[in-house]
Amino acid sequence: MKKTKHKKIRTSTSRKIFNVCNITLLTLAALSCFLPLMYVIAVSLSGKAFVQAGEVTFWPKGFSTVAYEYLLTKKVFWDAFFMSVKVTALGTTINLVMVMMTAYPLSKTSDRLTGRGVYAWYFFFTMLIGGGLIPTYVLVSQLGLRDTIWALVLPGALPIFNTVLMINFFRQIPIELEDTARIDGAGPMKILWSIYVPLSKPAVATIALFCMVGHWNGWFSGMIYMTSPEKRPLQTYLRSVVIQMDMSQFIGDDYSLLQLLSDDTLKCAQILVAMIPILCVYPFMQKYFVKGIVLGGVKG
Amino acid sequence: MDKKKRLRKIKRELPLHLMLLPGIVVVFIFHYIPLAGIVIAFQRFVPAKGLFGEQQWIGLGNFEYLFSLSNTFNVIKNTVTIAVSKIVLSLVITILTALLLNELTNLRFKKVVQTVIYFPHFVSWIILSPILIDLLSPSSGIINQLLGYFGLGPYFFLGDNRYFQGTMIVTDIWKGFGYGTIVYLASIASVDQNLYEAAAIDGAGRLRQAWHVTLPGMRGIIALKVLLSIGDIFNAGFDQIYNMYSPVVYKTGDVLSTMIYRMGLQGGQYGPAAAAGLAQALIQSFLVCIAYYLAYKLFDYKLF
Repeated sequence: MKKTKHKKIRTSTSRKIFNVCNITLLTLAALSCFLPLMYVIAVSLSGKAFVQAGEVTFWPKGFSTVAYEYLLTKKVFWDAFFMSVKVTALGTTINLVMVMMTAYPLSKTSDRLTGRGVYAWYFFFTMLIGGGLIPTYVLVSQLGLRDTIWALVLPGALPIFNTVLMINFFRQIPIELEDTARIDGAGPMKILWSIYVPLSKPAVATIALFCMVGHWNGWFSGMIYMTSPEKRPLQTYLRSVVIQMDMSQFIGDDYSLLQLLSDDTLKCAQILVAMIPILCVYPFMQKYFVKGIVLGGVKG
Repeated sequence: MDKKKRLRKIKRELPLHLMLLPGIVVVFIFHYIPLAGIVIAFQRFVPAKGLFGEQQWIGLGNFEYLFSLSNTFNVIKNTVTIAVSKIVLSLVITILTALLLNELTNLRFKKVVQTVIYFPHFVSWIILSPILIDLLSPSSGIINQLLGYFGLGPYFFLGDNRYFQGTMIVTDIWKGFGYGTIVYLASIASVDQNLYEAAAIDGAGRLRQAWHVTLPGMRGIIALKVLLSIGDIFNAGFDQIYNMYSPVVYKTGDVLSTMIYRMGLQGGQYGPAAAAGLAQALIQSFLVCIAYYLAYKLFDYKLF
């Protein structure tokens, strides 16, 4: 027996019918989100003949791990994978430091920070209008950032919306804490990193998740700025092989394994491996981002 | 005395100003310089001469060129049609899902459903597109097989101008509806529980309660969301469309952002592409300003 047994108010017949419909509907909604993942897993683990005959739906047929064995030997894939790991680690670190450093002074009232209004508008204005793709592209090229990792992390180093979220969060922290710490001789940097950041764990975790997912999923910057194939991040690489069907990816590959594979199996295996980091982080972050979005999102 | 006090204030605040410096620099380089770089829209831009270089000024020439193209209006129409449909339909479906989730009494089931439907939001279109292209394929796709059982189809969802827009709208809503419920569920949770009791005493069943108590309780957040989505009327979703369209469906699928990309970075027509970008940015910021202004006036919504 569940300890929170539902109170037995009389449940009318219409209510029962509604409950059944509701559960059915939501189950279908959940399945629509879950089955595509099952499809990818199934195809990636199926035998060539079954995949080519289009017989695989949501469960592997003719179980085979050859796609993954092949993928392990595929250097271009792992180059791209580790490039993405690098971009995600560097990009998220920069984002978090920048967001905290910017949000903390802006969370002060204007009698504690002279010119706060001007600063706030300086940042807020960028949310209203931007130069757009073409000038940004020309600028990044002219700065000589093309084909370097900085082209992928610097243009978005300070995500303004996340900064707003952080500002709203910092504001809820009682100012007395800061005043006490200051009397004890702590400077703003110390106050930020040892009082404000630890007290804002849900918001920090939410922003970290947003930034991580954003960098991991980023493909467009990689496509327009990275000219050397070995420097492409994973999603850019995936786009070229999975959506554009770029066959040069097979140059120098192990043909004995390749023969046992169908394109679809390999495609699904690569897609799944690219999803794994998100699948791993996601469950742990759920409670944080729900909290973070609610606190930041409803208000700001 | 007063001077001394001011000096102390400046000294105390100095670290705060210094903390803002990195952000100011980054925003200046990567937001304000490109913003000034929008002058490209009025130039016959030659990349070799560089941004702010000795370019030839041609006034509104690029805009005239854009409007002389036969498909410009079509692209604008596609953009607005796709964007507005996405906004309206996703709003309805997201709110409906939130209400349905709220009616679940089995909390474990609710949690599982939530976890699963939030997930697609975190997956990129690069990963979702090939999966959807497979599932929607007219020859071997599961969706068409399923429709086949009912004697329907096969439909070429991504290669037929009749269905392409609909497919974009539905798949985009599918990706985001779960995640979108978070904000609404929060506002449902903050509805005063006494109101439900009062309604129950008045003889209202659960459905009537949902209609008369829950939905009015969400009014504020719904109105705010509607308002803020005004800014997206000219944003049809580049990542999704760029990764699923093909020349066959340009007629209904080409939108401003995809046109700008193809024209500028693939076709090398920097001037016209920047002009289209400027036009889009101006309309969008106008709409965003209206949205923020109304949100501030009506709901006291402040970003900062």
